Amino acid sequence: MAVFPWHSRNRNYKAEFASCRLEAVPLEFGDYHPLKPITKFSSQVTESKTKKVNRKGSTSSTSSSSSSSVVDPLSSVLDGTDPLSMFAATADPAALAAAMDSSRRKRDRDDNSVVGSDFEPWTNKRGEILARYTTTEKLSINLFMGSEKGKAGTATLAMSEKVRTRLEELDDFEEGSQKELLNLTQQDYVNRIEELNQSLKDAWASDQKVKALKIVIQCSKLLSDTSVIQFYPSKFVLITDILDTFGKLVYERIFSMCVDSRSVLPDHFSPENANDTAKETCLNWFFKIASIRELIPRFYVEASILKCNKFLSKTGISECLPRLTCMIRGIGDPLVSVYARAYLCRVGMEVAPHLKETLNKNFFDFLLTFKQIHGDTVQNQLVVQGVELPSYLPLYPPAMDWIFQCISYHAPEALLTEMMERCKKLGNNALLLNSVMSAFRAEFIATRSMDFIGMIKECDESGFPKHLLFRSLGLNLALADPPESDRLQILNEAWKVITKLKNPQDYINCAEVWVEYTCKHFTKREVNTVLADVIKHMTPDRAFEDSYPQLQLIIKKVIAHFHDFSVLFSVEKFLPFLDMFQKESVRVEVCKCIMDAFIKHQQEPTKDPVILNALLHVCKTMHDSVNALTLEDEKRMLSYLINGFIKMVSFGRDFEQQLSFYVESRSMFCNLEPVLVQLIHSVNRLAMETRKVMKGNHSRKTAAFVRACVAYCFITIPSLAGIFTRLNLYLHSGQVALANQCLSQADAFFKAAISLVPEVPKMINIDGKMRPSESFLLEFLCNFFSTLLIVPDHPEHGVLFLVRELLNVIQDYTWEDNSDEKIRIYTCVLHLLSAMSQETYLYHIDKVDSNDSLYGGDSKFLAENNKLCETVMAQILEHLKTLAKDEVKTLEYIKKQSKQPDMTHLTELALRLPLQTRT
Amino acid sequence: MGTALDIKIKRANKVYHAGEVLSGVVVISSKDSVQHQGVSLTMEGTVNLQLSAKSVGVFEAFYNSVKPIQIINSTIEMVKPGKFPSGKTEIPFEFPLHLKGNKVLYETYHGVFVNIQYTLRCDMKRSLLAKDLTKTCEFIVHSAPQKGKFTPSPVDFTITPETLQNVKEGSQKSGHPCSRPSSVLPGQRQVCRVKRALLPKFLLRGHLNSTNCVITQPLTGELVVESSEAAIRSVELQLVRVETCGCAEGYARDATEIQNIQIADGDVCRGLSVPIYMVFPRLFTCPTLETTNFKVEFEVNIVVLLHPDHLITENFPLKLCRI
Repeated sequence: MAVFPWHSRNRNYKAEFASCRLEAVPLEFGDYHPLKPITKFSSQVTESKTKKVNRKGSTSSTSSSSSSSVVDPLSSVLDGTDPLSMFAATADPAALAAAMDSSRRKRDRDDNSVVGSDFEPWTNKRGEILARYTTTEKLSINLFMGSEKGKAGTATLAMSEKVRTRLEELDDFEEGSQKELLNLTQQDYVNRIEELNQSLKDAWASDQKVKALKIVIQCSKLLSDTSVIQFYPSKFVLITDILDTFGKLVYERIFSMCVDSRSVLPDHFSPENANDTAKETCLNWFFKIASIRELIPRFYVEASILKCNKFLSKTGISECLPRLTCMIRGIGDPLVSVYARAYLCRVGMEVAPHLKETLNKNFFDFLLTFKQIHGDTVQNQLVVQGVELPSYLPLYPPAMDWIFQCISYHAPEALLTEMMERCKKLGNNALLLNSVMSAFRAEFIATRSMDFIGMIKECDESGFPKHLLFRSLGLNLALADPPESDRLQILNEAWKVITKLKNPQDYINCAEVWVEYTCKHFTKREVNTVLADVIKHMTPDRAFEDSYPQLQLIIKKVIAHFHDFSVLFSVEKFLPFLDMFQKESVRVEVCKCIMDAFIKHQQEPTKDPVILNALLHVCKTMHDSVNALTLEDEKRMLSYLINGFIKMVSFGRDFEQQLSFYVESRSMFCNLEPVLVQLIHSVNRLAMETRKVMKGNHSRKTAAFVRACVAYCFITIPSLAGIFTRLNLYLHSGQVALANQCLSQADAFFKAAISLVPEVPKMINIDGKMRPSESFLLEFLCNFFSTLLIVPDHPEHGVLFLVRELLNVIQDYTWEDNSDEKIRIYTCVLHLLSAMSQETYLYHIDKVDSNDSLYGGDSKFLAENNKLCETVMAQILEHLKTLAKDEVKTLEYIKKQSKQPDMTHLTELALRLPLQTRT
Repeated sequence: MGTALDIKIKRANKVYHAGEVLSGVVVISSKDSVQHQGVSLTMEGTVNLQLSAKSVGVFEAFYNSVKPIQIINSTIEMVKPGKFPSGKTEIPFEFPLHLKGNKVLYETYHGVFVNIQYTLRCDMKRSLLAKDLTKTCEFIVHSAPQKGKFTPSPVDFTITPETLQNVKEGSQKSGHPCSRPSSVLPGQRQVCRVKRALLPKFLLRGHLNSTNCVITQPLTGELVVESSEAAIRSVELQLVRVETCGCAEGYARDATEIQNIQIADGDVCRGLSVPIYMVFPRLFTCPTLETTNFKVEFEVNIVVLLHPDHLITENFPLKLCRI
């Protein structure tokens, strides 16, 4: 094979640079500059946004016509007309309806007929109730599907055909079956109810309206059953869900009857708009429901379709609500009746929130029947069920709170005061007081905190625990501030009671709420006292084990209020408090919270030993939780938090202390690779920092220190797993070593990198996917070459020994068949070698003599260099030859390439090639 | 799928009054064309009377079924024999609701022993090979508003153990241990076997806003449990029909329950008024009716159930009318 002698072109970098550089033109203030409009534009974004929405996102016209000429592409995406949201808005009818709904809501807010978003909706309460009111006792469902059988009279003789079939239909559904399901666990019960909900929907969908009605009646009948009374609130939630479904189905069906092909009924229609068929169907429903024998199902079913009154008359709802309110008076059981009231208020708020009178009437009626709770009937029932009064009374709050909340929503101060007075008159009952506190506006309560404390103190407990009252008060005080002068007294009074609570569960539920208040208004001294008290209460018998969520909340609240970590950790009891989290998962959660807050709030780097000690402990806890089963995401999260901490630690000019901190950290966090990577970067930075301080001239002491840093990196890198992480860090650390004039260390890094290259696997795992590694390797090697240019040769090794070694490794590396990567690398090597043969190199490192000054353009060196070039060149030509042999493949390759948009010039070549090969 | 015949009455609620015109369409739908021997439409209104076995004896009841009284009957021929094209054919019709002579168009009523019913029947006669088609459809007649001013007649009542009339012997008020109130019918005159002294003490007060009721308006009132030694289990309103049929041997009078509406469930709060409210069911009630051959009257019972098993009823005759 012929040898092509290589001669590198001589280059004058300085002259080239001068000739290539763009001329800098000073800009007068008023002159045009392409970046100017963008900044100007961004200040007008809000204005243009509205404009653009109107134009339905026709961005093309804006860009062409607008005089400002440049539309910031980012802001145009942000204005809500991006393709995804546009698509969602047009394609999804539900979203469209929701959008219409929301706009309508906006419109209606003024006329007060729709509840605003500041009203806490029932859905929020739902989950809470289900979670709180549970039972381990066995439940039963008694469904008596044939109960309506005799309703229309005993005789079927001589009855019209239509009526007879209707009656048959009534009997048809599980023929008078009394289905009693006994011994259900709570979960079974919930599942059954869900099944019923589903069968209601199915029945409706298959046009079995009578069956649907029956299911609803039977379900609401379950609400009159107060056995297993602890579960009643949850039962109420489950069953009213079914009622809501039913109400919606009926309403929608009748609504759809009013919609003919020509017009759609507006949402605020008047009864005249409804057609006769719709009205008749609606009437039918009301007649059917009016004939339900039992009171409770009749009430609930009618309430559930209250909205349908809109089809019949304008005043229908306002007439119905008071009547239904009165109807509840017939319900003897106070618990059942208060929940019925809650349901009515719920439906009322949904359908006609402006009818406040009903709500008030419900409240006053409730007060009238309040004495029943302590009546004989209830007491007897509790004895039978073996339920104590203190666990019976807490069944009321969900319903009461809801009623109170509905009334107090946007209610004038006077009404609230009146309600409070009425409650006071009723023997200051704890139950009422509690609902007042949980439902009324927090500001209202907060300003009267001292009054409330007085009332709580003097109210007779009558079975309702006082700590719940203090809890409710605490919740209000967390939201609104009491008058300045009362604050300390409030805390003292409240804590006096709280600290006396014997039961750790009661105690922690109460204390958890009051921590917020304490943190908000007082200093670390008070917080410390509170934490100490919590520890004192929760430590005996390891009571903390049952209260991790509450303890966690306390920590969160404390962290939220103390952004200064030096203050936080000087709260003596904070760390002992952390010691209560003994379950590892919880402990790690808490640690995460702390670190999260630290990263968010710590502004300045710190060296405060208190913070460092505490946080190192916290980070160690997180790190130690990592094991073989830890998920990648979790590891990443932990590493992120620990890295955040490491970055915030700075000992200023005390570099040695800093390094020893990094050494300590390395031993602590050795299991988290990202942390080690961060540490290496930090140490490298430290070395460069030292160099900066010494202005490049290391003293003996600093030189030794820098070498220590380099050594740190050198021994840390091999413990990492990621091959490219290691390669890049070797290169990076080598550069740092070079910059700090540690030549032999730098050589060691580069050698290590070179010896690592053969280990690079062909495929590597990136984000869970296997990808070919070649492109990464190419990228790394190019980077490496640029560094090698300035690495001076070792006097004891041959010329360009690093380059040679690397070339050998490249040569031996098993490349993908038919891939051009190797040749690409060789061309890069040619670049490198050419650059090396220049008289002066393109760049240098301060205080490091590169080969240009070492050899000073020595001809031997150049000859050596050229020889290397020739070898590389030979390799490239060899490859070209194999390519030429495989003409078909080449042609195919060119054709493929020419299909890419910026390669069209190859098309011509592809056309020409076959001709050539033929000749 | 053969030929389907359907009658569609114009008014959605199917309610008509005397003198009005009943209109609608007969719909014939079929995939193929239909050959027929003529389509006719019959309007019919009858009063069916039935004697109860209880009041006249089993055999009498069997033999002496009273002949139905015809109120109205007319037939029109809609289409002469011919052929309907395939698809849907709609034939409109109109029937004036006029009566001959001094006959009265009674209001539709579905009872036990008395039934007043109006139907439209459409017949399509077909050749021997195919069966004749018939479709029946009920429509509802409301009597004309009664003349004269409606005057409410409020009633106050008080129930205590002392006011009970049949503690020893049968009467309208009764207090006795029995299973369910639905079995207590005024016509059955049940006898209580409990001595007055054994009854728990109670005092119930209340009023009905009117015993003259407009059929479209609910029955309303209030009930207050002032005091009761025993816990209250339930308070119910029982709507009762009293039907009287005249026949050769005299007449039979029977009371049966129409519906039972619970107004209080459980031990209600003392001293707090519980509303009395009952909607009169359609079809099963009509304005109180008195003719030479039969009578339809209504009553309401307020039924109070005390713990453990005492039952107290208070009866109020009602007069229903339409205005």
